[in-house]
Amino acid sequence: MKVVGPLIVVVLLAALAWCCTEYLHWYALFGIVIPYVAVVLLIVGLVVRIVRWARSAVPFRIPTTCGQQKSLPWIKQAKLDNPSSKAGVFGRMVLEVLTFRSLFRNNKVEKRDSKLGYTSAKWLFLGALLFHWSMLIIVIRHLRLALEPVPDFLVVLEQADGFLQVGLPLLYISDVLIVVGLVFLLARRLTIKKVRYISLSVDFFPLFLLLGIAISGIVMRYAFRVDIAGVKEVVLGLLTFHPVSPDQLSTILFVHLFLVCVLMVYFPWSKLMHAPGIFMSPTRNLANNSREVRHVNPWNYPVKVHTYAEYQEEYGEKMKSVGLPLDPEVVSTNG
Amino acid sequence: MAKVPPEKELVSYSLKPDTTAEWMDTPTEFREGMFCHAAKPKDIETVDFPNPHKWSPTDEDWGLPENWKEIILDGMKDRLDKYRSFRLFMDVCVRCGACADKCHFFMGTGDPKNMPVLRAELLRSIYRRYFTTSGKLFGKLVGARDLTEDVLKEWWYYFFQCTECRRCSAFCPYGIDQAEITIMGRELINLLGLNTEWISGPVANCYMKGNHVGLEPQTIVSNIEFLMEDLEDITGKHIEPSFNRKGAEILFVVPSGDYYADPGIYTFMGYLLLFDHLGLDYTLSTYASEGGNFGFFTSNEMAKRLNAKIYAEAKRLGVKWIIGGECGHMWRVMNQYMDTWNGPADFLEVPKSPITGTVFENAASTKMIHITEFTADLIYHNKLKFDKSRNDHLVVTYHDSCNTARAMGLLEEPRYILKNICNNFYEMPEETIREKTLCCGSGSGLNAGEDMELRMRGGFPRAEAVREVRDKYGVNTLTNICAIDRASFPALMDYWVPGVRVAGVHELVANALILDENDDRQLDMRMEELPSAVAKRKAEEAARAAAEAEAARVAEADGEAKEGDAE
Repeated sequence: MKVVGPLIVVVLLAALAWCCTEYLHWYALFGIVIPYVAVVLLIVGLVVRIVRWARSAVPFRIPTTCGQQKSLPWIKQAKLDNPSSKAGVFGRMVLEVLTFRSLFRNNKVEKRDSKLGYTSAKWLFLGALLFHWSMLIIVIRHLRLALEPVPDFLVVLEQADGFLQVGLPLLYISDVLIVVGLVFLLARRLTIKKVRYISLSVDFFPLFLLLGIAISGIVMRYAFRVDIAGVKEVVLGLLTFHPVSPDQLSTILFVHLFLVCVLMVYFPWSKLMHAPGIFMSPTRNLANNSREVRHVNPWNYPVKVHTYAEYQEEYGEKMKSVGLPLDPEVVSTNG
Repeated sequence: MAKVPPEKELVSYSLKPDTTAEWMDTPTEFREGMFCHAAKPKDIETVDFPNPHKWSPTDEDWGLPENWKEIILDGMKDRLDKYRSFRLFMDVCVRCGACADKCHFFMGTGDPKNMPVLRAELLRSIYRRYFTTSGKLFGKLVGARDLTEDVLKEWWYYFFQCTECRRCSAFCPYGIDQAEITIMGRELINLLGLNTEWISGPVANCYMKGNHVGLEPQTIVSNIEFLMEDLEDITGKHIEPSFNRKGAEILFVVPSGDYYADPGIYTFMGYLLLFDHLGLDYTLSTYASEGGNFGFFTSNEMAKRLNAKIYAEAKRLGVKWIIGGECGHMWRVMNQYMDTWNGPADFLEVPKSPITGTVFENAASTKMIHITEFTADLIYHNKLKFDKSRNDHLVVTYHDSCNTARAMGLLEEPRYILKNICNNFYEMPEETIREKTLCCGSGSGLNAGEDMELRMRGGFPRAEAVREVRDKYGVNTLTNICAIDRASFPALMDYWVPGVRVAGVHELVANALILDENDDRQLDMRMEELPSAVAKRKAEEAARAAAEAEAARVAEADGEAKEGDAE
């Protein structure tokens, strides 16, 4: 149910967009109104969520240290895995966000009778990298639709992405890789028992949704051969708040666009918030320098303690008996 | 102490757990040997915690207050606002499963709820139900569930099957730290008076008497005098450490296990022998007689209340700076919390070694350094002379304690010391040391007697790595810089890897330390003969035996000659 349910929902969403545009001709709704609403909801959602995180305090400096600390000058510090400066933290975050350094550390434990063995496990790292990087390149490529004239770097990126020179229009490598990445991530969730066990419906839904978006985009480009110039006209219209009628666009484009809108609306209220979340993770974005620079807790409050004066009051006689010095300067608050 | 099943039975689990039923539909079974006793009301009362009452984890009725759900949910709300870590870690997990097989409790039990991701979901499912719109609307469909007494019991069972070791956090792509979630979970549990006896007892002791074991000042003094007598028998040096002395340069704080329990006492003798040798101007305190902090396994507020005495005592005595002994979670607290809770320590000075002149800039604010930082600096500057061969009877490996590794990064200092004081040092497999170190299985207040099966299971991955180096290199000594390690490893080694002894780094330092040219001691810190002494004794015995044999031969020859004469 937790697998089939999300799949059905995504199929229904795609069918909805198809029917409403192909048969009911609600072009303005799906081509203008929904995209506007989705973008607004995305932005509002992101702001609400991030502000909510930001309003929670960071009372303690709790980086997870994954290497040698900064201590004596002749001991080599692991500046990226155990940063003590802002530059180090920046480096750690960059590597974490761009190369998934922690996932790269992954290993797999296997048990044979009474022995445990550790083997390398890089598949999750590779699959995740494949998906996220393809996604990033594809999003950047889409800027072509929003920028006139098309900047040079986009042209270069497109040429690089299509360097295999297969088919016409040119096959983008990122198109293939994103599907491979998503299918891999889906397959491991389905086939690795432990991962399937911990998975929720909300883990499958974004995978199916992204697959839907990727596949509708790919068939649009290679099978339906959508009129890119027409699409660009519509997009530029939306961006300049002078919407152009999207009547002429083909149905598959509305399916693609609608699924993207669903993703935008869903994003801020889902686990996909791990993307902005990583930047705010206190175990990764803080320097391990709490002995060098005092970290202040904004809600630090006084607490009840058992003072030395009380201690001496209670144990003074016993202390005297073994020759421990008593402190004449302290006065017990009890006595 | 609970009886632990035989090894064969303990290793019969599978790391491919039965996953046919959904985890939310799998009830929690409280298995004997896998959990600790309930807190006693008097210990809860000592620190004014809520709802002190008599109860047992195996009871149907846990004696919860009428409005317990409200207390828990209000407590969650409060903490979601106070801790970004908590809110973020509730929100951003994608359940990728990278952490699943990184937990020693999962690796040693195969229980799927010990996968860090799932242990976190125990709490996350409640968060979703009461604090997110989708959870309120769609419930189980999006992984949300109602808060019931069974859920609370499940929390209790599994948040006391986590040692807050942070290994999962090292592998998580977002740094989600189960320790943070366990800390929050335990805070919530404590709002209902549901601590364990093994944690709340030491907390009450530490609050009133200054240390976990509840040693009163006169007992601390006499215990240490007793240890100093042993040390005198070994080295011929008479050492009289000072206590509660105003005007000393350094306050020295250790985990209290080092005062009285084998093998921590040998480490303690090591510290004091070193300090005496250096002529260090230091004092111990009977009030600040505990560096460890079981309050940290209860709530942040309790931890702060117990920790306050360190700076308070430093201030009262007018010392300049502080050295801390070999302890794991104590150093998580000193490194990441103390200054924030109870600082600023502006009445102290930046630590400066009086022997080498090294200024410890890395402790410029906290003014407290780790004893291995202090000793490594001495060795680097050639201030100590060692006879490594005095540790030749030991084939040594080193266990990084979780907290000094993953909440500090103190990795090289102890290794540098060890390589300078012994000839036989071997590392355990790479996947089990440094930032990937495996917990002893008894941290965060789980080192009781009644949960021995849990401890043996949780410590199994560590023990397995020790076994590997024992079989490969003949390792017979597991060194560490953690009092809970020293307290819990002996039982773990006896169970899984018999023949391996457990020692603090400064025990071996003291063994090898040459005090002066007349230092020809025959015994190590445990009063066992040193290898040189054994060799000398064996040589003498052999010589004596040879002499006796020679004498016998001569006598026999004489006898024969006489017989011959007689003929």
